[in-house]
Amino acid sequence: MTTDLVRQEVKPTDGIKHAKKEVNWTKYILISLMFLYLVVFLLIPLVFIFVKAFEKGAEVYFAAITEPDALSAIKLTILVAIISVPLNVVFGIAAAWLITKFQFKGKQILLSLIELPFAVSPVIAGLVLVLFFGPRGVLGPFLNEIGLKIIFSVPGIIIATMFVTLPFVARELIPVMQAQGKTEEEAAISLGANGWQMFLRVTLPSIKWGLLYGMILCNARAIGEFGAVSVVSGHIRGETNTMPLHVEILYNEYQFSAAFAVASLMSLLALVTLLIKTWIEWRTEKH
Amino acid sequence: MKKKYKKKNVLPGFGLSLGITMLYMSLIVLIPLSMVFIESSQLGWHDFIKIVTSDRVFHAYKISFATAFVAALVNAVFGLLIAWVLVRYRFPGKRIIDGFIDLPFALPTAVAGITLTTLYGKDGWLGQFFSLFHIKIAFTPIGITIALMFIGLPFVVRMVQPVLENMEKEVEEAAASLGASKQQIFLKVIFPELLPPVLAGFSLAFARGLGEYGSVVFIAGNMPMKTEIAPFMIMSKLEQFDYAGATAIAVVMLVISFVCLIVINLLQKWSRKHEFQSE
Repeated sequence: MTTDLVRQEVKPTDGIKHAKKEVNWTKYILISLMFLYLVVFLLIPLVFIFVKAFEKGAEVYFAAITEPDALSAIKLTILVAIISVPLNVVFGIAAAWLITKFQFKGKQILLSLIELPFAVSPVIAGLVLVLFFGPRGVLGPFLNEIGLKIIFSVPGIIIATMFVTLPFVARELIPVMQAQGKTEEEAAISLGANGWQMFLRVTLPSIKWGLLYGMILCNARAIGEFGAVSVVSGHIRGETNTMPLHVEILYNEYQFSAAFAVASLMSLLALVTLLIKTWIEWRTEKH
Repeated sequence: MKKKYKKKNVLPGFGLSLGITMLYMSLIVLIPLSMVFIESSQLGWHDFIKIVTSDRVFHAYKISFATAFVAALVNAVFGLLIAWVLVRYRFPGKRIIDGFIDLPFALPTAVAGITLTTLYGKDGWLGQFFSLFHIKIAFTPIGITIALMFIGLPFVVRMVQPVLENMEKEVEEAAASLGASKQQIFLKVIFPELLPPVLAGFSLAFARGLGEYGSVVFIAGNMPMKTEIAPFMIMSKLEQFDYAGATAIAVVMLVISFVCLIVINLLQKWSRKHEFQSE
């Protein structure tokens, strides 16, 4: 191989194109391997959910998702998401603002602490909440006195969801705000805007896509959380059952079609989440 | 004067954002999490050791460890392959597949759990093929590993992808023009750069696998001394209101998770350092 030849071959943008024929072979083998792996591990399971859900016909399907227990599970799941996602947004914005716009000691530790819930098993998340808020927990006697029940009731489910979803919005916003810098906000302030105006007119428009991205991921996790919620819920049918817990009960009672029917609703939501996510990524890439 | 002005941060909201951040984190995560250590310190060293080394618990740790390790290993290999194909090759449907990779993150774990259990059951779509060879998947450690492979699939892909995208082609081209073969380029130029993100993704998948509950609990079958995982042991102790026992098991898992977290952080630092050096 002369250097001239290599040069000519290397020039094109598509990576290493020298020894073209051989590389193409590797390419097709690798692409096929990837497709095979993804079909077996992702596509087949996904299709299977819907096949199983409609196995006994549309009537059984709709009966399964409209029976009272299912409806109350859906309602509770929506309630949990409606409360925990906005709270997570407030926290995420505050934490990202703090970390990217100010210098202070212990920033690195704070960053690690924000990621902490990802490293903790959901079951342990549930356990620690029981230890803290539970009837025999540290706050137990106090909560009992003021008549507030957290564990084995709805507030516990919401707190458990807040625990496991804590990092979602913050970790999406931090890189976005970091890249943004703070000159624009400083300009707004020195031109006389108050904090609120600056936030609504300068900060929010520049972080909205990152925020939306974090929110849909947070929402997906909030709706699907199983382990942590399972520990703190107490599994009271029609009261403290979320959709994933309802699926578990149906499955353990061998009502497979009904279990997969409710599961298919959540899968649909997962697909919508992926779609929005891909759309945001495509958008931000284009701009 | 100017200098002083520059030093002073004019942006508002330090107190407010600090307050919200600390309040939220302390109340939801940090204080509850510290309960584990307080609760277990009341247990006493002797009882603590007795619980975490009891046959059943020790076996559950072993199963959790082994399955999470194997699953993370498989994910490291295929994650690298998928990231490579997605970054380096053009083919139809690439963007859809790229988005599809995150399915395990978006799909509720319980849904993944019942789906994989039915799919790999004796008569399931995939399980029946293995039945022909008398291989049982559901309700065995193999099933647990498959569930963890599903859950951990995106980690390595998402760690490797950005590094591969930012990798400068010039280095490879230089190696090629100096006469290096494809294998040499991959092993000596590309792979060393990819090793830190692969390891970081591996640790993330491993840590997730250790703690995973929803997707595993269905396919595991939870037979004592056979397919019980550590998170399930915590759950079963809790159901018997044995808080001390549950806490002791949790402490060991937390310590392991923290070690994983530290390793991941170090690897990411190493990876970043690597990037700067090559620039």
